[in-house]
Amino acid sequence: MELNQLTIHELQEKIKNGAVSAGQITESVFQRIDKVEKRVHSYIRLLKDEALAAAEKADNDIKKGNIKPLTGIPVALKDIVCTKGITTTCGSHILHNFVPPYNATVVERLSDAGAVFVGKANMDEFAMGSSTETSYFGPTYNPWDLTRIPGGSSGGSATAVAADECIASIGSDTGGSIRQPAALCGVVGMKPTYGRVSRFGLIAFASSLDQIGPFTKDVEDCAIMMNVLAGYDPRESTSVQAAVPDYRQFAGRDIKGWKIGIPREYFIEGINPEVEAAVKKAIALLEKQGAECINISLPHTEYCLAVYYIIAPAEASSNLARFDGVKYGLRAAAARDLLDMYKKTRTQGFGNEVKRRIMIGTYALSAGYYDAYYKKASQVRALIKRDFDEALKKCDVILTPTTPTPAFKIGEKTDNPLQMYLSDLFTISTNLAGIPGISVPCGFTAGGLPIGMQFLAGHFAEDKLIQIASAYERTAGMEKRRPQL
Amino acid sequence: MISRQEVEYVAHLARLEIDDAHKDKFTAQLNDILLYIDKLNELDTKGIEPLSHAIAVTNAFREDGVLDSLGTAEALANAPDARGEFFRVPKVIE
Repeated sequence: MELNQLTIHELQEKIKNGAVSAGQITESVFQRIDKVEKRVHSYIRLLKDEALAAAEKADNDIKKGNIKPLTGIPVALKDIVCTKGITTTCGSHILHNFVPPYNATVVERLSDAGAVFVGKANMDEFAMGSSTETSYFGPTYNPWDLTRIPGGSSGGSATAVAADECIASIGSDTGGSIRQPAALCGVVGMKPTYGRVSRFGLIAFASSLDQIGPFTKDVEDCAIMMNVLAGYDPRESTSVQAAVPDYRQFAGRDIKGWKIGIPREYFIEGINPEVEAAVKKAIALLEKQGAECINISLPHTEYCLAVYYIIAPAEASSNLARFDGVKYGLRAAAARDLLDMYKKTRTQGFGNEVKRRIMIGTYALSAGYYDAYYKKASQVRALIKRDFDEALKKCDVILTPTTPTPAFKIGEKTDNPLQMYLSDLFTISTNLAGIPGISVPCGFTAGGLPIGMQFLAGHFAEDKLIQIASAYERTAGMEKRRPQL
Repeated sequence: MISRQEVEYVAHLARLEIDDAHKDKFTAQLNDILLYIDKLNELDTKGIEPLSHAIAVTNAFREDGVLDSLGTAEALANAPDARGEFFRVPKVIE
């Protein structure tokens, strides 16, 4: 095994007993990038010089015995989190030259924990997409089959981990943008509870849904990352002052006597039979470990997508009003006056999917339509949350497939926005209810594509997700298959 | 149903221009999405309190103390056009 293929906890052991240096780990990651990045395109921007300097500093710390949770660990950042002095594009032409004057809180926390930043990962423009095809900088390719999409919007963060171009990464999840690409690329991805991880410095898409979370190679690494990321931040007004447990101690515990809710609405007609079979096999395995699987119902599931495609575009249309060519980013040339400059800048700067969503959102919030769309959607959102509240009284966690199908072909759904939206069918409800979710690999199709399943729990119960996901991972004995690149 | 004219009006509200070649396609795609969203009208939501945040959030107040801020030079550093201490823009009025 090469160093870049190892997990955070495996590398920590090697660092602690002096077997490897941070410099060697970073070198091995960049050697891998040299070999595969042209074909996968995980990154918008690589930070090799900065990474080597950070690794050198880490090695000095290690010599002094000052080893922190992520000392010397190469981490990729989705290009939606602001990095001081380093261009942050959000996958858009309109921010192609934006250099943030400050760091996002998660960047500071990772840096304080000793992480080495490898680069800024590719993503759908403004995180609007399920395939990373809407990036202004070109698509990312699934390492398991380069003719297929990696999922989105955090596609680059997922492929960087799957293709061993980093050890762990950061993504953001508004309707599945961490869990869906994690499933399609065969890695672990967690969307924490709304309010658990600070979003200060995250470029906003839909503020009542956005949340930052990690991609990792296994569940224990997810716990290590969550230990660093979670916690109250006075700079973020929706950040919650709740105690943060040591997530790592929940990896390795058993799940005897746990009740797992299986919602019938997630095993519908149209779900890929290989996905269904893999999840059913996982259910049997969890029962063997002493958990009891019970049938539950989330009756408003069929309305989640419609609610999401009002609320997210409405909030986006407001959040993206700030991109006007005045304070930062692109400004269109040769404008007649201020209004013309706004229009030309936004027309040239945004791609079609972003324009579509701004239009839907503007329409839904425009005079005369507010009650019919935004208010109606917010009322149904209350019903969806109530479904989860009721279901979680009967069980510890809920288990569903992460996606209805494995990764689809590049270009397959770009002309049909609604078909594209349907690939987030199973992940959107989590964001509407604000609860946490984790996607873990649970098998492969006959054609060799990864399949993922997700566990969901009540607000701030990430510890339960770590516990059950790690219990599954430990006994499933999933073969350590790697993409052939 | 949203008409071509409404698409033009909404584009203006959103400070966007949709060129003629794309207007029909855009109108059709927006109609597909809005038609799908009409599904919500199957539900009776009379008397249900709208939910704007899944977690009970309250205003996050802090003491009104003087803290460091960005400063003019840094705030202007990304400006496409700045002069002195100002963002410069094309003329606003005729």
